Amino acid sequence: MSDAEQITKKFMYINRKAPYGTIYAWESLEVVLIAAAFDQDISLAFIDDGVYQLTKGQKTEAIGLKNFSATYRALGDYDIQKIYVEKESLETRGLTLDDLQHLVYEDEDDDYAEKDSIKLVSADELGKIMEEQNVVLSF
Amino acid sequence: MKFGILVNEGPYQHQASDTAYNFVKSALEKGHEIYRVFFYHDGVNNGTRLTSPPQDDRNVVDRWSALAKENDLDMVICVAAAQRRGIVDQGEMERNGKDASNIAEGFRISGLGQLVEAGIQSDRLVVFGD
Repeated sequence: MSDAEQITKKFMYINRKAPYGTIYAWESLEVVLIAAAFDQDISLAFIDDGVYQLTKGQKTEAIGLKNFSATYRALGDYDIQKIYVEKESLETRGLTLDDLQHLVYEDEDDDYAEKDSIKLVSADELGKIMEEQNVVLSF
Repeated sequence: MKFGILVNEGPYQHQASDTAYNFVKSALEKGHEIYRVFFYHDGVNNGTRLTSPPQDDRNVVDRWSALAKENDLDMVICVAAAQRRGIVDQGEMERNGKDASNIAEGFRISGLGQLVEAGIQSDRLVVFGD
């Protein structure tokens, strides 16, 4: 196999845009799903209007676009366990965690117990997490 | 240093491609290595040879092609993003039954794995976008 598979880096994918006004959200998700196959340490962050990507009850029939919000629930199956949502972005938009989908993963090290993927963090905390990353992609 | 470059916006509409070009050119002049330039989202539109900008404007596409030729750059266009936006090479033309191809010199079409690989293999991945 190639050298690429022997290096493990911390990759963070930052999602900043609303889900349907532009294609960034969907194409970011496409990168994440591919990246999951590369055995890297992946985390996702949702800031600014990006927090709308995770909201429940999305209905897209009227705008004629595919509703891809269910794909976020599959992230746990791709072993993506760290999904950071910035607290200030949620609050500014009048949202709470209850407005977001419940995303979970199975923890291999804890008898496959189902655990929450979403971690609510302040902008300050998220900044520190970003600093620890090797690769930051922002969409 | 070894850089990976991600270009997320198309030419002319947005400055991201210009800035990425200037960054890559300067980095090479200073002796750095560019592992790969990856074009995603509307960035794939940087790779069509059919643009004809006015004579008194820069030619964004030709400029990338020339830089790639001079420096043996690996410039990769994401296949999924390209298919949506009509950026087509010979292989894609045949595979999708299209009547033309339009990929510019120095670009190649490949998968998103090439972006992830650039992130793994480069010392820094620099993102140019909105």
